[in-house]
Amino acid sequence: MVTPHDAGLAVLELKGIGKEFGAIRALHGVDLRISPGEVVGLMGDNGAGKSTLVKIIAGNFPPSHGEIRFDGKPVHFARPIDARAVGIEVVYQDLALADNLTAAANVFLGRELKRKFGPLALLDQKAMAARALELFAELRSETRPHDLVKQMSGGQRQAVAIARTRLSNAKLVMMDEPTAAISVRQVEQVLGLIHRLKEQGVAVMLISHRMPDVFAVCDRVVVMRRGEKRADKAIGDTSPEEVTSLITGAKEAA
Amino acid sequence: MATPLESPLVFTNVGKAKWWRSGFFASQTGYVLLALVALFVVMNFASPYFLTQGNLQNVAKNFSFIAIATLGVTFVIITGGIDLSVGSVMCFSAMITSMVMTSISTPGMPGAEWFVHLADDGKTVIANMPGLILLVSVLAGLGVALVVGLVNGFCIAVLGLSPFVTTLGMLSIVRGLGYVVSNGRGSFPSGPEASYFYTLTSGVVFGMPAPFIYLVVLAAVMAVVLHHTGFGRHVFALGGNEKAAALTGIPVVRVKIEVYVICALAAGLQGIIICGWLGSAPANMATSYELNVIAAAVIGGANLAGGAGGPLGAIVGCVLLEVIRNGLVLAQVNSYWQQTLVGVIIIAAVLVDRLRSRMA
Repeated sequence: MVTPHDAGLAVLELKGIGKEFGAIRALHGVDLRISPGEVVGLMGDNGAGKSTLVKIIAGNFPPSHGEIRFDGKPVHFARPIDARAVGIEVVYQDLALADNLTAAANVFLGRELKRKFGPLALLDQKAMAARALELFAELRSETRPHDLVKQMSGGQRQAVAIARTRLSNAKLVMMDEPTAAISVRQVEQVLGLIHRLKEQGVAVMLISHRMPDVFAVCDRVVVMRRGEKRADKAIGDTSPEEVTSLITGAKEAA
Repeated sequence: MATPLESPLVFTNVGKAKWWRSGFFASQTGYVLLALVALFVVMNFASPYFLTQGNLQNVAKNFSFIAIATLGVTFVIITGGIDLSVGSVMCFSAMITSMVMTSISTPGMPGAEWFVHLADDGKTVIANMPGLILLVSVLAGLGVALVVGLVNGFCIAVLGLSPFVTTLGMLSIVRGLGYVVSNGRGSFPSGPEASYFYTLTSGVVFGMPAPFIYLVVLAAVMAVVLHHTGFGRHVFALGGNEKAAALTGIPVVRVKIEVYVICALAAGLQGIIICGWLGSAPANMATSYELNVIAAAVIGGANLAGGAGGPLGAIVGCVLLEVIRNGLVLAQVNSYWQQTLVGVIIIAAVLVDRLRSRMA
């Protein structure tokens, strides 16, 4: 079991992160460490500060206080593209896929492979399809590169979104509610995908409301409440009941 | 405790779709093309004149008069936008081209001494450098189209105005400017190079109308751009899911401006070609052509919600509209029925697409 304290070099380290929007204090004094290959569940009720924290890590806006260290070095993200450049990828809840394009086209969206034809740079469809197929195989997903995303199941769509993060060799993947609104069998597929990421040494932060999913794949669970981190425990040292009472505030901290 | 999940799911019940149920044959463009072929066969039996060379040349020329603009508006429609200003841009570009040509070909007009001089007889106007007048006047016409496209793109992509409202406003602004610069009288291309202009716009090359050749070349270029370049991929992505496109780092603002510029340039070129065929650029030229252009694109399979469309569909839509118009003339049907029928076809094409996707 990997715990925050015995882990070696952290891939992501937050120290005293706080964020104010005008007079509203959305986050206060959040410390967090995530090691390579570690899966951390981030839980909390609506308005607890989960998405603010994720947006700060993803570079959507800077924190008002505190320090972010990535791979041991302090980092400052002005835009999401800065966070992506160091190796932080976000898999959004609505997956951010273009339905009218193929799986391969979506994986490579915004970073298409090209071949030079004299002065022209044309898309290298074959190479993109081949690489996408490799990524899907790595994730052990039954997804064909040439299929249109609109014809795919929820699990396959997740695979496409996750394959995109593998393309850039991300070191930290944050997944926003990946198992909301999909069928039981597809949930199993998605949890499998998270395992594949873990096997490859990728740190995963799973933002979820679904207790069984968090307990199935996470090494650690972090509970947020009213903008503060109330608990940070190894999965083996806690229970769904304890986490629930931490989320609702029945138990203040653990 | 994390439990390993080793169950790569295999979908044995998911097969490959049959070839006639997937790709081109299942697209709206595919079956509109089929309807077009059927229409050709019916017309062949209905009228002995339909498949004559003269009539086919006529059809080819007539649909080329809206097809280039349709290619342009298809780019915009794929991104989920709309451009209602194409008819006005056609007129304005044609007018500027013809006014610039006339002006720089007239000795005594400001700047004209760079382009023309009088022959020894004191009457004949001679171009200083052959082709320069033509080039400058066509570039002037395309230049104003470029400006209109940039303004449309800026308002829509940067200021975030709705494409419908922006281009509706632009329809009126540009049409108004056309009346202002011409004082409502229109103009016609003249000067020593006007004959080149007419040859290039309404002449016949290799037995085919010149506009038809431009159309084929531009459609081929468009097919490559849409399906084999990063820009084309981004155009489709924008129409499929604009938010996703932005999140993956696609330069959404730039792509949007580019499609409106392409659309305006295509409309400008189209207007210049129509001007050559008409022999003039009247101030009311191409009024309400935007409706024909958008109708042709939609009949050919461009989806107004964005994400679908292509050059073949644009051309098929234009040909279908023209063949029907031509057929009604040959069948001696009152030509006022044409517009009514076009409306019916627009709805029918979209309806068939809807029925098909419901059955699939």
